[in-house]
Amino acid sequence: MLYREAGQFKVSYQEDQQIFPIRQDRVGFIAILGFFFLAVPLVASEYWLQAILIPVLIFSLAAIGLNILTGYAGQLSLGSAAFMAVGAFGAYNFMLRVDGMPFLVALAIGGLCAAVVGVAFGLPSLRIKGFYLAVATLAAQFFIVWALVKFPWFSNNSSSGVISAQQIEILGFAFDTPVSKYLLTLGIVAVLALAAKNLVRSTTGRSWMAVRDMDVAAEVIGIRPMFAKLSAFAVSSFYCGVAGALYAYAYLGTVEPEGFNLDLSFKILFMIIIGGVGSIMGSFLGAAFIVLLPIFLNVAMHALFAGSMPAGLGSNLELIIFGGLIIFFLIVEPHGLARLWQIGKEKLRLWPFPH
Amino acid sequence: MGFFFEVLIGGLLSGVLYSLVALGFVLIYKASGVFNFAQGAMVFFAALTFVGFQEVLPGWTGLDADSNVVFWLAFVLALAAMIVLGILTEKVVLRPLVNQPHITLFMATIGLTFLVEGIAQALWGANVRGLSLGIADEPVEWIMESADILVSKFDLFAATLAGALVASLALFFQYTKVGRALRAVADDHQAALSIGIPLQHIWAIVWAVAGFVALVAGLIWGARSGVQFALTFTALKALPVLILGGFTSVPGAIVGGLIIGASEKLAEVYIGPFVGGGIEGWFPYVLALGFLLIRPEGLFGERHIDRV
Repeated sequence: MLYREAGQFKVSYQEDQQIFPIRQDRVGFIAILGFFFLAVPLVASEYWLQAILIPVLIFSLAAIGLNILTGYAGQLSLGSAAFMAVGAFGAYNFMLRVDGMPFLVALAIGGLCAAVVGVAFGLPSLRIKGFYLAVATLAAQFFIVWALVKFPWFSNNSSSGVISAQQIEILGFAFDTPVSKYLLTLGIVAVLALAAKNLVRSTTGRSWMAVRDMDVAAEVIGIRPMFAKLSAFAVSSFYCGVAGALYAYAYLGTVEPEGFNLDLSFKILFMIIIGGVGSIMGSFLGAAFIVLLPIFLNVAMHALFAGSMPAGLGSNLELIIFGGLIIFFLIVEPHGLARLWQIGKEKLRLWPFPH
Repeated sequence: MGFFFEVLIGGLLSGVLYSLVALGFVLIYKASGVFNFAQGAMVFFAALTFVGFQEVLPGWTGLDADSNVVFWLAFVLALAAMIVLGILTEKVVLRPLVNQPHITLFMATIGLTFLVEGIAQALWGANVRGLSLGIADEPVEWIMESADILVSKFDLFAATLAGALVASLALFFQYTKVGRALRAVADDHQAALSIGIPLQHIWAIVWAVAGFVALVAGLIWGARSGVQFALTFTALKALPVLILGGFTSVPGAIVGGLIIGASEKLAEVYIGPFVGGGIEGWFPYVLALGFLLIRPEGLFGERHIDRV
């Protein structure tokens, strides 16, 4: 009843092309942003901020990165965690070795480092595709983690490559409380997500999708597949790199290369499968789902079995439910939570008079 | 020079194990076009089920734990479990996903990996277990005396077993009715359907055969390094093997496995010291990657032609 576009006329091309063509969407979007920027810091406890909201935001960013590569450009990657590692270690080294390096610049440089590495490992995508490419990105995953452990220069000669992130400070203001870290993360993620949303609607984004749908046909109509694929790798790795730097600075504080292992890559892949392949919104939904599910399972199992549970069953049950859900989602709704959201919106437009 | 050959032979023999895992991939990929990431989890599941039955069977039947009867009974039961797993996979996971893009099927098998790992550990526990096939892991004496090279008896046994497995699979594919149907399906799904080959039965059979291969691989790997979660990582090592050999070629899987096994060991010994060691983890991938740039379809793979 409330969610109708009746009476909203578009009189210019600009209005026709905006991200949220329906007024209710715009209001809703601003309300959601306002809620997360203003209301959440006031009411959320430290645990919620530090253990749930910050990781959800960071993983959303990484999922957007992977979604750009896999969902929009159609290049399956199993190495996103490695690009996160490059971002984290890149930002760390620039903070460490350049005096007075502003944090946000270090973050961007960390992302750029990841982008360069991403392009290097994306080069094989010009010759190979599909599963072959997936294996090629596995090479990135193993090689990068190995290199970060083996060459102590990257971690400033600390044992086994552990780095402790420096204090975040912007213009003299120290971000050391969970609330301030949360707001910083939220700001960065919001800006980058908006940029990504616009990017995928632009010429570049459309050429990615053309390459995804059929690369030979895309080439025939004049899209340069090399530029499209490599730019997808660069942008995707940039997002993953920034996410990795935030992972180190805003979330964990100390990270080691082994923390960015294949499991993390798979986790991010699951986020985009469950959230929705080829959807920015879906990246957020998937990240929230994957972060919250283990916590929810934990609470549920403690409530159900109350201490009588055999040790180890919990983690196995988690594996089973995870795997089962992936298969379930792929069978029932291959387009993920984002598609459910869309269906909900379409239903809402007709409600309460569906005829 | 003796040392070189020792490393080479050790690498080749461990390559045989990679080949075994890669073989399971190739079988399923050929028949149904599914890139089965869960093959490693299946190896783990098979080995764990076998060891689990070996542990509980003496209690159920009152037989001596070391007797041959228990061994073969556990083998048959584990094989049955693998066949059930294969058929269930086909029915529950693959059938509803028919005609979906390859990437969707691939991701479904990643989900399957987690599911199978979870079920295996929930059923049998997550402890590392020993597994004995009754072959000692000691050097063969006459080779040591005549050529001064250490070659493990166990490795030779594993290689022989793998060879026998490949030979019997080749015979099965070449000379039985089911095998012929399998080859027809691998060649062209639609043509096979149109002459009355029940596609879904064939897929169930292929998954069961892949389960059997996984069981054999799991037994050998398990006897070598203990039955533990790390067995699932064998799947990751099988991927560069597949790239080298081509996804659709059984001989490719064998040759690719041997090349990967040998080159990673040689690289570790001869290149490793210059860069700090531990390059075994990624060297096969980089090798495979370099190879891809020259020959994208692998050693024995089919050339892929794009049509618009």
